Amino acid sequence: MNDLKMGIFLFFLLAALCVGGVLGLILSRNQAHSALFLVLAFASLGGLFGLLDAPFIAAVQIIIYAGAIMVLFVFVIMMINLEQGIAPEKKRWTLGLAVALGVFLLVELALAVRGTVGALGSTGGESIGSPTELGRLLFTDYLYPFEITSVLIIAALVGAIVLVKRKEKE
Amino acid sequence: MIPIGYFFGLSIVLFVLGIIGFFVKRDLITMFMAVEVMLNAANLAFIALAKAAGSPAGQVIVFFIITVAAAEAAVGLAIILLVFRQKKSIKAEDMNLMRG
Repeated sequence: MNDLKMGIFLFFLLAALCVGGVLGLILSRNQAHSALFLVLAFASLGGLFGLLDAPFIAAVQIIIYAGAIMVLFVFVIMMINLEQGIAPEKKRWTLGLAVALGVFLLVELALAVRGTVGALGSTGGESIGSPTELGRLLFTDYLYPFEITSVLIIAALVGAIVLVKRKEKE
Repeated sequence: MIPIGYFFGLSIVLFVLGIIGFFVKRDLITMFMAVEVMLNAANLAFIALAKAAGSPAGQVIVFFIITVAAAEAAVGLAIILLVFRQKKSIKAEDMNLMRG
């Protein structure tokens, strides 16, 4: 019983941090602050993955998302270095429309999953997603996607370098 | 223990917040961050359903999504940097080359 309370408490704490981080990202006008709020959201998502019995993905989430990808974002923000944040939208109706559309989508998604959410069961029980098991799956059932991913990464690497490199003559 | 439906609901909320952020923000970098939020909402749904199904296959998919997101971030940020060099601006409404 105590364990249950602890789990629910952790869930709501991490969920609040995550939603708060994303709200901070939306409401903040400073891009660097937005990036830091996003790091908070991603790190708490890593905690949620841990609650869902995915310790390896949780570690990957924190190292790659909250670490590497966000460093890339912060680096680009530093290179662009706007003097001040971009002023908020002057036309209020676009903001209202965006929020209205978002609420509409929320209701629609909630209606779509309404019947299934209760049937999903709860966490606990036998453990899945140990690094051993994930590694075995990656090199057996998902061998082709795994190998193709390496091509994708090479393509992205070369693409990013070619795009950003300045020409020699200039 | 914690009902998995909670995680699923959180994933829906995060996805909607990502969409709202994408429409509300006006600079390309923050819009790009909102896209990352949507990707992460999908990741959370995948992991929740993997737990519900008792199979680690969903976690493998998340592994691939994170890889693709890293590649996407590298190329996307390179494009944003190029746009900034050419236009000296990263406001979305300044990207109007295709307007004829």
